[in-house]
Amino acid sequence: MIIRLSAIAGAATLLALAGCSPKSTEPPAPGIAGLPAPISAEGDFGATLQAALIAAQPGETIMLPEGTFQLSDGLSLDVSGVTLRGAGQEKTVLDFTGQEGAGEGLLVTSDDVTLMDFGVRNTKGDGIKSKGADRIIYRYLTVEWTGGPSETNGAYGIYPVESEDVLVENVTVRGASDAGVYVGQSKNIIVRNSVAEFNVAGIEIENSMNADVYGNVARDNTGGILVFDLPDLPVTGGNSTRIFDNEIIQNNTPNFAPAGNIVASVPSGTGVIVMANRNVHVFDNNFADNRSAHVLLMSYSLPITDETYNPLPRDIVLKGNTYGAGGNDPQGDLAPLAAALGGQLPPVVWDGVTAWGEGEAQTLNIAVNEAPEVGFISLGIGRYPIDPAAIAPSPERPVAEAAAEPAAVVLAHSDR
Amino acid sequence: MVRTGLLAALFLLAACSAGKAPAGPDDGVILAAAPAEKLSDYGLFVDMASASPATGVMAYDLINPLFSDHAAKHRFVYVPGGEPATYHEDDVFSFPVGTVLVKTFAFAPDMRASEEGQWRVETRLLIHKADGWAAYPYVWNDDQTEAVYTPAGKRLDIETISPQGEALSLRYAVPNQNQCKTCHQAGKAIEPIGPKARHLAHDGQLTRWAEAGILSGLADEVTGDPFAFDPSAPLDLRARAWLDVNCAHCHKADGSASNSGLWLASTEESATRIGVLKHPVAAGRGSGGLKQVIVPGDPDASILLLRMASTEPGIAMPELGRSVNDPEALALIREWIAAMEAE
Repeated sequence: MIIRLSAIAGAATLLALAGCSPKSTEPPAPGIAGLPAPISAEGDFGATLQAALIAAQPGETIMLPEGTFQLSDGLSLDVSGVTLRGAGQEKTVLDFTGQEGAGEGLLVTSDDVTLMDFGVRNTKGDGIKSKGADRIIYRYLTVEWTGGPSETNGAYGIYPVESEDVLVENVTVRGASDAGVYVGQSKNIIVRNSVAEFNVAGIEIENSMNADVYGNVARDNTGGILVFDLPDLPVTGGNSTRIFDNEIIQNNTPNFAPAGNIVASVPSGTGVIVMANRNVHVFDNNFADNRSAHVLLMSYSLPITDETYNPLPRDIVLKGNTYGAGGNDPQGDLAPLAAALGGQLPPVVWDGVTAWGEGEAQTLNIAVNEAPEVGFISLGIGRYPIDPAAIAPSPERPVAEAAAEPAAVVLAHSDR
Repeated sequence: MVRTGLLAALFLLAACSAGKAPAGPDDGVILAAAPAEKLSDYGLFVDMASASPATGVMAYDLINPLFSDHAAKHRFVYVPGGEPATYHEDDVFSFPVGTVLVKTFAFAPDMRASEEGQWRVETRLLIHKADGWAAYPYVWNDDQTEAVYTPAGKRLDIETISPQGEALSLRYAVPNQNQCKTCHQAGKAIEPIGPKARHLAHDGQLTRWAEAGILSGLADEVTGDPFAFDPSAPLDLRARAWLDVNCAHCHKADGSASNSGLWLASTEESATRIGVLKHPVAAGRGSGGLKQVIVPGDPDASILLLRMASTEPGIAMPELGRSVNDPEALALIREWIAAMEAE
């Protein structure tokens, strides 16, 4: 009797399961040759996709159908070696406008994952985050907030953190209230051939080691490309980043980051900002129409309790960049300083800070190896906290010997 | 064709059930590579309709439970015969393979009298498999006779009255299986959160565990955390105990929020790490325009409190498992920050 009852319950479950499966009355949509058919677009797409992400086996490719899909909760992937692939970054769109929970649209926590050919839209928090996800690829993705710059947009568009070997290529990120592409606390990074626009920071490399950022267009952000190091984090001591062959233009969007975030202090109209990082090489980029300054080299200025942290930029090399018009209307913290200097700033601006708190002056080795006609200014702040009486601006480039350029970043997985 | 397959499946199912004892946890199902379809398959309950635990499945509770939209919780532990769990002073006890931690979430029409008319919504299992812990969510049916494995999670509409007497329309979230891992993460592995000495040591509970043979090495003197809402206990200990249970599973060195550098275990000693005058890193709009996590003496300037109070995704903390806020906890953390000496 007991057996029979459980059998009936079992039958009910089986029937219920059968009822849940998508009915294949039509042949599956033709897939790309050699790839599996897309998951069903019928029914509760979010549940279908999340179930597929959970049930995926290592090495599997999950295909997303063409279309725009409304998602009400965040998605997550925790299986290694999975490829999540759509029909194209404008053709398959995961729309989170009605999101009810989770801190991001898609969270990846496994290694060797490839995300490609789809879009993510209007997440409440971050767009796509990957944490502790080594050898990840973000390729041909669009992550955007469609209502234009707003402080209620999510913070980061593409957000790999605490990972080794990160490849971001051919992505478009738009509208992030912090950074469009943000790579944090990671090692071995390439961000290339991508477009970042209308974000507070276009592309940001933070507390990370060995990054190559090239072939990108950073335009209409508040700041184009940022290389920062911050205190009080599990990983500090960011170093060895090369920024080259990028178009860094017209990054004049007013800062729309919520106060409290470090990028809320980025002056609108900056091209590249290097803060408190070491061994950063900026070369062969094209800068134009950034109204505050094309390149800003600066120290961390907030109170510091982290004794292992160096707040100053060191071993910086600038060379071979092209600088168009700009510096004509400095914003934010640069505005009053610029006003004292006649209202304009040259292409390359250094805060001139060589010492922090009670510390001794450091040799920073900032090499401005640009053509002689490229303007430079040290704001001559000298030491933080600022003593206004001691500020001594100077157009003289610092004496420096260019630090050796880091070798090109080689990723184990970039031809995957 | 369909009928034959179904019948074959039914016979298989029948065959599986035929060999086992009518009551008691089924170690084979517990240790199988895949989760069972139905909660009843595990044999953890003698009777599903009343959810009475089987022999060897012991009820337990935590001094300070995690807040989950005011849900009532029923916890059980099953440690298979032979080998007890090992006691640790600070860390989660080491449970043997085959252990199951069971947590059932339930609501009542009025949570001021949560035993009256209570219904179960979900049961989460944390099973120590041979290769580590696995987390499986099960959602109860309307008849309260069975719960079915639901890996993709689910939103449930729940009408109730909060312990404070406020009418609530909850969009209660049963987490998906990956979200279970988000909170239970410890490095690359997952592990239980609750069964630590400081969360369990009250009313002789640990002694009962030892007497039942499921815990070895119990220290002579174990001091549990104070109940967070017991005004007779020291405020600092109560606030830290609450943060420990509600936040530190992610906000720790090997947790999901490790990269924030904000670590909230009650054992954390650095003031900066617990947020005092700490600037946010990746808070985005979660900063709410405020500049520091905790501003001593000024709760309204503290991001910690703002994110606890919010129910907006992208701002609300914790990110999972909460769709309304916890007025008691807000009052506690407000009082705690207000009492800190301004610098």
